Amino acid sequence: MQKTYKKYFPVFALPTLIAFAIAFLVPFLMGIYLSFCKFTTVTNAKWVGIANYTRAFSNRDFPSALWFTVKFTVVSVILINILAFLLALLLTRKVKGTNVFRTIFFMPNLIGGIVLGYIWQLIINSVLLATVGADITSRAGYGFWGLVVLMCWQMIGYMMIIYIAGIQNVAPELIEAAQIDGATGWQVLTKVTIPMVMPSVTICLFLTISNSFKLFDQNLSLTAGLPGKQTQMMALDIFNTFYGRNGWEGVGQAKAVIFFVIVGIITFTQLWLTRRKEVEG
Amino acid sequence: MAKKQSGNTILFLFLLLLSAVFLAPILMVLMNSFKGKLYISDAPFQLPSAVSFAGLGNYAQGVEKSGFFSAFGYSLFITVFSVAAIVLLTSMTGWWLTRVKGRFTGGLYYLFVFSMVVPFQMVMFTMSKLANMLYLDNPAGMVVLYVGFGAGLSVFMFCGFVKSIPIDIEEAAMIDGCNPIQTFFRVVFPIMKPTAITVAILNTMWIWNDYLLPYLVIGSDYKTIPVAVQYLRGGYGSVDMGHMMAVLVLAIIPIIIFYIFCQKYIIEGVVAGAVKG
Repeated sequence: MQKTYKKYFPVFALPTLIAFAIAFLVPFLMGIYLSFCKFTTVTNAKWVGIANYTRAFSNRDFPSALWFTVKFTVVSVILINILAFLLALLLTRKVKGTNVFRTIFFMPNLIGGIVLGYIWQLIINSVLLATVGADITSRAGYGFWGLVVLMCWQMIGYMMIIYIAGIQNVAPELIEAAQIDGATGWQVLTKVTIPMVMPSVTICLFLTISNSFKLFDQNLSLTAGLPGKQTQMMALDIFNTFYGRNGWEGVGQAKAVIFFVIVGIITFTQLWLTRRKEVEG
Repeated sequence: MAKKQSGNTILFLFLLLLSAVFLAPILMVLMNSFKGKLYISDAPFQLPSAVSFAGLGNYAQGVEKSGFFSAFGYSLFITVFSVAAIVLLTSMTGWWLTRVKGRFTGGLYYLFVFSMVVPFQMVMFTMSKLANMLYLDNPAGMVVLYVGFGAGLSVFMFCGFVKSIPIDIEEAAMIDGCNPIQTFFRVVFPIMKPTAITVAILNTMWIWNDYLLPYLVIGSDYKTIPVAVQYLRGGYGSVDMGHMMAVLVLAIIPIIIFYIFCQKYIIEGVVAGAVKG
């Protein structure tokens, strides 16, 4: 059967592969090559070695964007996961209207980043104007916490439904057995429920880390990096290096390669670490 | 028992309050979309009054300035055709890759998985230039790009599902005289329907809301909704907040309608997608 299937490569795999090559594979390889070149369009590239990489660190933009991104990711990942897990615990307690609540909490996740950013700009600016008489671009701290709040609003419902699915998969007999053995509510939670939902934790950590770290749309629309470039995250810094400064395209590409390597390292370390903690259900 | 009952009531009220907090941002945009721009900055928390009420003026001008209806059309065209193409093509590829075992197919599979880890910034410049050179800088070309960039996750998900389909069914179909194309469309694809729905939902959410790819490739000629919203803002601070609020409301409405009708599939699809992805 394999042999017959194999002959059908042009029908089953070729169209996807062509699109994949155009949209991903060729641009990816070109991107790596171009990160070692000086260029303004892809056809006039001149090899310059690692000059782009050293120039990426020649001013403070990139390191400070990296630091801001790391801070933002740590804070928002912790907040989102704790709040989403608590919410999931509440919604698995058989309260009236669970489905309606779940629907409402999840809804913000469907709205796109650009639109979300402007919704929150209105709210945060209104609150700031009424309380301290400033707007979100007047201080980096406002932008930072604004982004965190926005991210929580968007992602809590999403993570919550993954945690709910995990909690509902815990066999009730396990919990009963623990209760018969005299475990308190807290012990049941920490010794039974949480270890059993570790697969969900893996997924949620993965999704929140990668979404926070790669954030672009929300950053662009909520603060656009203001004030100065103090609230500029890595993705936005790379974009601005590419399109904001003539002659810096190669540096933008070098930054993008560094960004890719960091994202790759984080993804694999994190998957490896949490997979080890999972227990067989 | 009475204690548990009152505990549940408190919990219910708490969740009700929390729902109000979650909905407040959207309601606030809705409320302000009916006010004149001066009143949005001066009294954002007040309901529209006789003085501040702007009727549908914001909507009329917001639609005109942002070209909302054509943006809606482009967004719809690109999303519908891209999602259809992704579901069709990647399900075929996922099935083929899983059934034909070898070094080549194994390598391809890992290449698709690998592409999921790569951030868009890594390829955005080269991809948009390449799209330009290949005359893909139009809504139909966008479909090709979305198939290519969405292939990673979608192929991965279909491969995962095909592994759970017993091969006997396909052998039986072959013996009954089906060629691989008939086997796939008559036997395999119907079984894959749940995964196809998940893939369709995840890609719809991504493509409808995507900003950077359409902005870079077709942003100046064909604006999708996110691009139109961002353009409306124009230079820093020059936007009429009234128009902005109206366009934001219009941008949210299709999503809410879609959500209301496909709610069950969306939540199930997202959970399934997360668990497998």
